[in-house]
Formats: sequence, C-alpha cells, structure tokens
Amino acid sequence: MANFRDHMGRPIVAVTGIGVVTSLGVGKSDNWAALTSGKSGIHPITRFPVDHLNTRISGMVDFLPSSSRGASLLTYELAETAAQEAVGEAGLNAGDFGGPLFLASPPVELDWHDRFALYNSDKQDSGAERLLRVARGLKELDVFETTQFGSIADRLADRFGTRGLPITLSTACASGATAIQLGVEAIRRGECDQALSIGADGSATAEALIRFSLLSALSTHNDNPEKASKPFSKDRDGFVLAEGSGALVLESLEAALARGAAVLGILSGCGEKADDFHRTRSKPDGSPAIAAVRAALADAGLGDDEIDYVNAHGTSTPENDKMEHLSLSTVFGERIGSMPISSNKSMIGHTLSAAGAVEAAFSLMTMRESVIPPTINYDNPDPAIVLDVVPNKKRDAQVRTVLSNSFGFGGQNTCLVMAREPV
Amino acid sequence: MSSPHDVVITGIGLVSSLGEGPDTHWQKLAQPSQKPVLEAARFAPYTVHPLPEIDWNLQIAKRGDQRQMETWQRLGTYAAGLALDDAGIKGNDELCTTMDMVVAAGGGERDEAVDADILAASESRNDRDVLLNEKLTTELRPTLFLAQLSNLLAGNISIVHKVTGSSRTFMGEEGAGVAAVETAAARIRSGQSTHILVGGAFQTEHSDMLLGYELAGYLHRGPWKPVWQRQGAEGGGVVSGSGGAFLVLEQREHAASRGRRIYAELGPVVSGRARRARGELDAEIALLLKQAAQPNGKLLAMSGASGAHAATSAEKAALDANPAISARGFATLTGHMKEAQFPFAVALAALAVDRKAAYPVFDAAAEKPFEGIPASVLATAIGYHQFEGMALVNAA
Repeated sequence: MANFRDHMGRPIVAVTGIGVVTSLGVGKSDNWAALTSGKSGIHPITRFPVDHLNTRISGMVDFLPSSSRGASLLTYELAETAAQEAVGEAGLNAGDFGGPLFLASPPVELDWHDRFALYNSDKQDSGAERLLRVARGLKELDVFETTQFGSIADRLADRFGTRGLPITLSTACASGATAIQLGVEAIRRGECDQALSIGADGSATAEALIRFSLLSALSTHNDNPEKASKPFSKDRDGFVLAEGSGALVLESLEAALARGAAVLGILSGCGEKADDFHRTRSKPDGSPAIAAVRAALADAGLGDDEIDYVNAHGTSTPENDKMEHLSLSTVFGERIGSMPISSNKSMIGHTLSAAGAVEAAFSLMTMRESVIPPTINYDNPDPAIVLDVVPNKKRDAQVRTVLSNSFGFGGQNTCLVMAREPV
Repeated sequence: MSSPHDVVITGIGLVSSLGEGPDTHWQKLAQPSQKPVLEAARFAPYTVHPLPEIDWNLQIAKRGDQRQMETWQRLGTYAAGLALDDAGIKGNDELCTTMDMVVAAGGGERDEAVDADILAASESRNDRDVLLNEKLTTELRPTLFLAQLSNLLAGNISIVHKVTGSSRTFMGEEGAGVAAVETAAARIRSGQSTHILVGGAFQTEHSDMLLGYELAGYLHRGPWKPVWQRQGAEGGGVVSGSGGAFLVLEQREHAASRGRRIYAELGPVVSGRARRARGELDAEIALLLKQAAQPNGKLLAMSGASGAHAATSAEKAALDANPAISARGFATLTGHMKEAQFPFAVALAALAVDRKAAYPVFDAAAEKPFEGIPASVLATAIGYHQFEGMALVNAA
C-alpha cells in the first residue's frame, strides 16, 4: 500500500492538473515548447499608446478575447483558461469541482476607460461628485463588478463549481505561491480532498506600468525587447512587466490514487517568512528569504542537499537577483555553484500575482520532462553572482526535487518545494 | 469542554467613529440610547461615520513610517498595534517574529486631486490614453503606489510592529474578513500556528471608497436611519464608516502558558457563497445559522448587517425567525466597515462574553432586549453584495 502521509503525518498533496497561460501562448504544450527553445515572449506594447513612457515593452498577453477589455476581465479569462486546462487534465468535472478555490489576483480598481466613460457621460458639476452621481444611475452591474475584490473568484466559483467561500489573496509578487500554499494547507488539515489554486494577472495597464516605473523597478531596454529580461546578468536593469496565469489542481495523494488519477508531481513543502526591513527592499543580510527557503525545506522534510534544481524568483532587478543569490548561497553553501538555477522570467517577464503559480507549473513540468528551461539573455554574467543559471540553452537533467522562490514587495517571501514522486 | 488547541481571543484592537480600544467601545455601546457619530455634509448626499481624532504616534512611532502610508494603512497598522498591545505581544521579539498574520484588505486611497485633474482634462481631449500617460508620469507621487497597495497594510504591520512569522492578505470585501478569521482559526486548531494577528481596516472618507458601493447604487441617501430601518428609503441602504478591527487569536495552551487573560473562546467559524441571483441567500443564511449556533436558550447576535436592502432584509428575516435570538445591528453606530466588518463583529461578541453582559438595543424599534449573561454570542457578516459568514464566540 502506498504511504499517503508525509514525514509529519499529514496527507501527502499531489498535483493532478496543471494549466498555464503566458505571453508565450495558451496551454502547457505551447509554453513548454517555447520555454525550452529559449524563446522570449517580451514584445513592444501595443495595447495602449506609449508616449511619455520610459518603458515601452512588456510580456502582456495580447491574444485573448479579453486582452483589451481591462484588467478585471482579462484576469478572469486568464484564470479561467488556465483552470480549465488543469481541471480537464485532472479528469474532474469542470462544472462541479467540489473543493475550495484559492485565487491569487491583482488588487482591482476602476479602469480608467470606465472612469472616463462615466465622467464624460454627464456635464454637471465635476470630479468625484459627478462620478458618484453618474454611478448611482447605472443600470448594469458590469462596471461595479470590476471594482469588487471578490468578483473574479465569485465568477470562477460559479464556472467551476468550487466549494464554499472562495479566497482571493494578495501577497504581491508571491501571491501565486501563496495560493498554492493555502490549497496545500487546506488538504493537510483534512478540510478537503481537492483544491483549485490559481494565480492570474492581467493588470498590465498603463497606470500599473507607470507605478512600477516611478519606483525604478522596470527595465528600459526598449530597443531589443527579447533581450530586456536578463536575470543574474551584470547589466540587468529591472523586471519586465508581464501577464499570465497558472493553475494547479491539488489533491490528497490518497484521493488521487483512489480515483485513478495520474499524479503529475507532489507539493511537498511550503515556507514563508515576512521581512520587516523596508517596503520594497529586503533586509541586507537576506535573513527573511533564507528563513523562507529553510522553512520550505523543513516542511518538505528535505535536507539542503536534496534539492536538484531551483526555479528562481530571478526578476532581473539589481536588488532581487543579488539578494536571491545571497540567500541561496547561505542555505546551500558551496553546493550552490553547481546546482542548476534558472529563471523563467528571462523569457516570460514578471507575471506578478501569477508568477508563483506559473513558475510552479513550469517547475512540475521540468521534473516530468527531465528538461531544465534556460535563463536566456545570459551574455554578461554578474561576477558577484556565481551560479549555474542554465545559460541560454535548455539542459536535459533528471530532476527529482525543485525549490521555487517567490519574493514580493511588502516583505513577502514564499517558497515551495515540489517533488516528482512521493518520498 | 475546553481543549488545549481551542482558539481563544487574547487581544482586541478597535477603532471606529466611537473612539478606540475595547474599553471605549464597551462603555459607549453598553450605554443605552448611544448616538452615532455622523458626518452628513462632507460627502452629501451620503452620510458616513468618520474616524475619531487619532494620535498616530501612539502606535506608529516613526514619522517616516507614517508618511509612507495613506490613512487606510495607518488606520490598520494602528488598530493592529492596539491588539498586539492588548495581548501583551507588542515589543516581545520572540512572540512577534513567530506570529502569523492574515489581513483582510481592499485597496488604499488614490490621489483624488490627480484623478480629478485628469478627468477634467478628458473633457476636451480625445487622446485620453496619451493624456493618462502624460499626467500619471508627471503627477503621481512615486511612493503612492505602495501607500495604497493592498498587501502593504500587512507589510507595514511587519515593519512597524515586527510581526514576521508569516503575512497573508485576503481580498474580497466582507468575505475577506470572514475568510481571514476562518483560516486563522483553522490554522490554530490544526496546530499549524500558535498565535495569529487577524483583522482589517476600512477608510471610507475618500470618494473612491464610496464609489466602490455606489457603482451598484448601494449607498443610503437622505436623512440617516438605523441599519434595520432603511428599506424603502432613498438609495441602497448602506451607510459606511471608517474603522478597523484586529484580533489576536491564540491557541488556548499557548495563551495559558504565558499567563494571558482570555476574552473569549472562538467557536465555529463558518462561511458561504450563496448564488444570490438564483435566490439562494435565505437558505444559505439559515444553513450558516444552523452550523454556527444551535442555541439551547436565548442568543445574542452581533450582526454586521450593512443596510444593503436585499442582504439586510434576508438576514433580519432569518434572525427574527428564531425567537431565541436578539440581534444588534452595530452598523447603526459604527457604519459599515467592509473588510473590517466581520473581525469587528467577532470583537464585539468577545467583549460581551468577557463582560458578562449584553449590549442594550441599538434600535428600540427593531431590536429586542436581552436579559442575563450571554455565555455565547453570534457574530455575522452577510456581504452587501456577496459572501456570507458567521462565528460563535463562547465564554472563555
């Protein structure tokens, strides 16, 4: 009989469905083909004019019907598309999922196009007063729904028949990983056999771009978009704003095997630690990120010599890549120089709220396919960061375990450990 | 029967138009015929319950930290500090660095002047997307993004109060507050956590915060009325209020081992998502009531009812249908505090249990007196638009 409990006596959590959408395409197959051939999805922005903008490139998802319909509708479509692939692969009823939903999505705001339309539908008085008066005369709920933080999850819950009150969460750039962690914890507590964890982000609006730009967080390598995201390179100059989604069907191993589902991987550990140093910068000694990595390893019951590959947060900002190197080299010691560590963001950019889920999906595929996607644009290594970043070309390798890092503004650090087989 | 893994409440931090802290709230709310604090002019035709005077320095020592936040984040960080103080955790490094946190958050305050300026310019411009780029790149304060970002309330609590065990932010109006309390309690019961800071804040004195309701016509207009009496009045029934509520939830054993006073035990926390368009709300409320509380005798209920017509009348009908229940619609005195509404309801329930006394009626026309000592108190939050939750709070 298979062992259904982990080293702490908790139900082992299996992954039985994976879905993904990025600027590289819809679905695992297209994404994996592009990712392993080192293709970049970063391209010039066409969704809105780029006049006055310092950054004019992104990894936006421009090929969905909702791509130009605002952040809320696009985020929903991204989430739905990835979830549909995952639930379909898991062989579960796509309209009656039966477990809880955990959605990582960006904070919502009234879209500027709606704001303009509301405002200019009237001439009386001005500013907020006019907006409020027009608002209360609206006959449809469409615009209202885009401003409610729970609405995307509510629609997804309807669409997939998830159980109970859906949880929408934000831990900034770690959100996708947190959504998975919440699903894992719910299964471990015995609250459910299955959970649907989704990270989705379609919020690459002009205002979002400008906000990150004002914080000097974005790359301005506009002339050669495909080369702009260059994690761990000496001339890295910021991340590339991007969109995407990742969805996992999580399931207790016991329930998965009992219904004859294919087990695609194991979610064996989650770790987190908040940083109290600064709103955007990490504590200089890297201790919170170090603690998050160690917590994930401990949760998985693995030693620091038992991780085969690291799917890096690797944003391509000067700060992140330096700090990630510091924390990884502290945890893994000398071994770090020979461990493969690659950043999917070199090709897809930073999908923000979705990143943790997208990269968990790619981590699981890395193990299944025995191929490590490269870190592209690694032409000018940062001499202060000595890592095997799987430069520029994919690598065939047997990967039994992966550590996937997610770090975010607000001191958010969340790490996931995944395994190919139950231990 | 108490068990070591019970969830107990050892700290309460409250801010509303009535003042700050559990004692002030108890004194005011226990006072018969307490009058609400109202601001009817600033946002006319809407009435709000405004923030009281707050000396931010008392909980956010560094001016630099205060400057990095807009009022919503300051308010939440302040209320969180009150709860940590109350639980004897503030300043205790060991307890803070191992403390988990779940914050229920919406968004923070946009720059109203910049927005108004852009909107005014849009009347004479057809290239509105270019206008946006032009204005936003030059007029936005660079750090405003962080001062309004949802997860940065939790981020600021980490920075100011050093709570760093874990940090999660749930979004989704009242439902976020319900899920935050529910998840925190589940983590403690299962042994995943020993002590958790949970709560939220809402700063309604900003046009976008009113717009968030009014895009669906949810706000009450015209003369103020108690929360149960707004059916048929002009507008949608919601009168919002600024406020915050944070709780320190703790494993009973953990609280006992450090000799802390316990306000109350947090019993079952239940939640739901009625598909209201299909008419499921009545049944959902009835189901939650059944799951949260099977009163053997009379039961006091701290209702988070918002005043929104459909949700509030459904909740009222469900509560009235059980003659053992005496409900108190506290939004009559605080206004609706969105993400903070459910944590606030749980806090008020815990106070009643702790003080061994019920609150007097907040609205003599719609509520009935409760005589005797409430051993258990129900807390509810039926979302003005979606999501529902309840909890039963028991004597320690």
